[in-house]
Formats: sequence, C-alpha cells, structure tokens
Amino acid sequence: MEITTSHYVVLSTLLLVIGSVGILTRRNILVLLMSVELILNAVNINLVAFSAAHQQVEGQVFAIFVITVAAAEAAVGLGILIALFRNKHTVHADEIDLLRW
Amino acid sequence: MDGFTFTYDDFHVLEPVVVLCLFGCLILLSDAFLVRRVGKRGLNAVTALVAEGIVMISVLGYLAEVRAGGALSGLGGSVVVDGFGVFFNVIFVLAATLTILLSARYMESEGEHRGEYYALLLFAQAGMSLMATGQDLVVLFVALETMALSFYVLVGFLRRSRKSNEAAMKYLILGAFSSGLLAYGFSVLYGIGGSTGLAAVGEAVAAREAEDWATALALVTITVGLFFKISAVPFHMWAPDVYEGAPTPTTAYVSVASKAASFALMIRLFIEVFGSAAESWMPLLAAIALVTMTIGNLAAVTQTNLKRLLAYSSIAHAGYILLGLVAGNETGLRGIAIYILAYVFMNFGAFALIAALRRDGEAAEELDDLNGLFARAPGYTILVAILMLSLAGIPPMAGFYGKYYIFLALLGEGHYFLAVVAALYVAVAAFYYFRVIRACWLSQGSDTPAVLEMGLGSRVALIGCGVLTVVIGLFPQRFLDLAGESVLAAVK
Repeated sequence: MEITTSHYVVLSTLLLVIGSVGILTRRNILVLLMSVELILNAVNINLVAFSAAHQQVEGQVFAIFVITVAAAEAAVGLGILIALFRNKHTVHADEIDLLRW
Repeated sequence: MDGFTFTYDDFHVLEPVVVLCLFGCLILLSDAFLVRRVGKRGLNAVTALVAEGIVMISVLGYLAEVRAGGALSGLGGSVVVDGFGVFFNVIFVLAATLTILLSARYMESEGEHRGEYYALLLFAQAGMSLMATGQDLVVLFVALETMALSFYVLVGFLRRSRKSNEAAMKYLILGAFSSGLLAYGFSVLYGIGGSTGLAAVGEAVAAREAEDWATALALVTITVGLFFKISAVPFHMWAPDVYEGAPTPTTAYVSVASKAASFALMIRLFIEVFGSAAESWMPLLAAIALVTMTIGNLAAVTQTNLKRLLAYSSIAHAGYILLGLVAGNETGLRGIAIYILAYVFMNFGAFALIAALRRDGEAAEELDDLNGLFARAPGYTILVAILMLSLAGIPPMAGFYGKYYIFLALLGEGHYFLAVVAALYVAVAAFYYFRVIRACWLSQGSDTPAVLEMGLGSRVALIGCGVLTVVIGLFPQRFLDLAGESVLAAVK
C-alpha cells in the first residue's frame, strides 16, 4: 500500500488529539509539558508531509522553526517548574492550588 | 524568492524589532558588567525608555511614509508595514513605556529589580511588533512565540512568591497548548496554500468549496488558539490567576499589549485568510462574544480582589471587541481600534493605582484596601474615578467611543439582539466599576490604612493615563481619524 499525504495528516491529527486529551486530563506537570511537545510534533509531521507533497522546502524550514520554538518552550517551562518546585516541593497540578484554577 | 538579496527596504521594515532586540541585549550586558557594580538599577529602566523613544521615532517615520506613499514591504513581502501595523506599533510603544515607568518602584519594593526584567519587556515588544506587521505564517508564529515566551518569564518574575510561580506555570501550560493549536492550524493552512504567505493562503482558501474539511480544521484550531490568547470564554480560565499572581506592572502589560497583539493577529487572519469563509465563522464568533461578555461581567461582580476584578472586566472587554469583528464592517473595525487605544490608558491607569497601593510594605490588592483613600489622596482618587467611568464606557470618557462605534456597527449590520444585550451588560459593568469608586470614599476600618507609594515614574504614568483618558474623550476626532486610517489598511 502506498503511503499518501492523507495518511500523514491522519497520524498528525491523532497526535494532536492525544496531546490535547493529555493536557486536559493529566495532572503531572511534566506529562503536561510532554503533551505540548506531542502537539508541536504533530505540527512538524504535517509540515514535512505537505512540504513533500508540494515539492517545496518552505514547510521544512517552518518545521525547523517549530522545533526551535519547542526547545525554547521546554527550557522556559522546566525553568519555571524548578522555581515552583523549590517553593512548593510538588509537580502535581492538583496541589498547585494557591490560585483557584 | 530566487536570488534574494538583503536590501535597505528589508532592514527598514524591521527597524523597531532590531532596535528592541539590540537594546534588550544591551540591557543584559550593561546590567551584568556595569549597573550591578554601580548599584543603581534605575539605569536599566532609563536604557529601556531610550529604546522606546527610538522606536517611537521610527514608528512615526513609518506613519509619515505610509501616509505619503502607501504600505512599505520588505523581506520578500513577508513583513509589510501598513497603517494597521503602524497603529498597533504605537499601542505597543505606549504600553511598554507605561510598564517601564510603573516597574522601577514596584520591582524595587518586591526585591526583584533586575536588568533581565526590562530586557524581557523589550523582547516581548519585538515579538508583538512583528505580529502586527507579519504577512507570513512562519514570521507570525515565531513573533507570537517570542512574545509569549517573554511573558511566561515576566509573569513568574517574583521567584520567591509562590503565587507568581503558580501563575507562570499555568500561563505556560495553557499558553503553550494554545500556541500548539495555532501552529497546527498554520500547518494545515500551509498544506492548503502551498505557500506560507498570507495572501497566497487566502486565495487558496477562497478557491476551495464552502464545506471543506481542511479549511474547517484550520479554522477551528486557529480560532481556539486565538481565543485562548485573548481570554475569550470558555478559554479564559488562566486570565484571573495570571493577573493575580503576576507582578502588577506585568499584569498591566499582559492585559493590554498581549491582548492588542492577539487581536491584531486575529483581525489579519480572519479578514485576509478566512474572509471568504465569513459565513461559517460569524455565528460562532457571535456566540463566543456573547458568552464572554456574560461570564466576564457577571463574575466580575462577585470579586473582592482588585486584580481579579480587572481580570474579569478585561474578559468582558474582549467580548465587546469581538463584537466589532462580528459586525465586520468598517465602523466595527474602527470601533475596535479606538477601543484598544482607550483601553491602553484606562486599564494601565487602573493597574498603576494597584501597583502603588501598599499596606505595611506589602502589596495591597483587595477592594477593601481602597477604603478611606479619598481622605488621604483626593487627587489620585478622582483620577481613579475617571478611569473607572471610562472603563464602564460612560461619556465623555475615552472608553465610550469604542463601545459607541461597535454598537453602531452592530445596528448597521442588523444584529439588533447582540447590540441590545451588549448595551444591557454595560449597566452590569457600571455596577462593579462604581463599587471600586465607592470603596475609595468609604471610611477606614480599624486596620492600618493602605497608602499610595509612588515613585516619579508611576506618578507620571497614572496622571498621564488619567489625562489622556479625558483628552481622548473630549477631543476624539484626531484619534478617530488615526483609527480609521489603520482600519482602511486592514480591509484594503
């Protein structure tokens, strides 16, 4: 069976859904950050697949920017998590309750 | 883009961004090697103000050029400075300047007065500047993330405060989630258009049939992502927490500048890319605007913390601004522009007051802390009353004109129901703004009273906001013209 662009789009949509469900249901902040990465990787799969379909490099360049942004986001996220952990000694969203969600 | 060479035009459209980034780096370096030794952290604020001055000159230069010869284009058309971009850049300069004026004293009192703070303010502004002028999906995405990442750190800047840590964490998780959704929408748009330029994507979207699944997928993910950014209900849950936990000057900056930038992005995308699919998103947008006004206004009534109250009121304001987009005609967009301009001054003024309010050396943020303020600082209390009246949208204050034009636009397009409901909520809003005014006049209980501790910067910021709120209200014509000019560029 030939793998077409629509297969990639289905895969990326599934990753998007898994990531979104993860953010809405999981309670460990590290898992939440991983879910965000999952969504950004869904974006990358889309971009690279469309880039190949359109026979261009623009999409791949976009993907590199997305990867860079994902790295920066992870760095800032973990930095804030460390600051939070120093004060609170927990990584569970349920116990972060000083402000009402 | 074969044979692309970097010319003066390419640099010219990036001037504000380049200046902001260079000054941001300069502040980081001078703070590490110079200011820290001298021990005068206020120097960083001065450097940041110089940067704002240069950016303002550059933006006013754009205004003259755009008026004389139309939009300036650079970098292969991926950055275009038109009236719309100039208008929003003016907003960002004003917001950043007011934030800097407000910050020095506040961050000093909180014991976190560092150079990085000002550098991040400038980096965030660089991102916002590109959000308003970008014409390319990649540029817009990177600009949005530059803004967002700077804001996550700014919100968590009070490292030793648990509230600030928590607010930053929540902001980051939900902000990153919404950026991810938005990026997903962008990737689908790229798939549809085969190009990252907004114009090409818009044409490709218009060429597809109305019930197209790919357009729908892009529209839904991008809309949800943007709704998070402008804190529209039901994606507003982060706003009150972030507003309460963040250092107050940052709260003001986030609530005004990041919201204005997100609306700029929203207007660009909805008009240029999804303009042809207007019939499918209009009812959705109207429903969201209605729910946003309802929840924002009703929740604000029950708040006792001033920052949370303003957070819910800003959610309600987002609802009104969305209505301008629902009407979608020139009057509505002009209303949005003048609304955002007035919103800068009235909201900043309100936060300037909260930032200055202290009791026993601690930040005082409760509604009760205002008690007896009239007896101690009558002049400032009257400024507060003016700002609150403006936020409520009562003439002749600046806040009135935004609402007026948006209602006018709704009536012009036959959305009578929306206009009536929106007008009714103005009464609800007046109730909780008057509660703030009343609190200032109530007599003091037995506790030590909260006092206004203001440096020169916050004095200038608060008085400037109050005066401009009245000036825009009394002499609106010049500002309405400016807003109209920016709108013409957006609808072309």
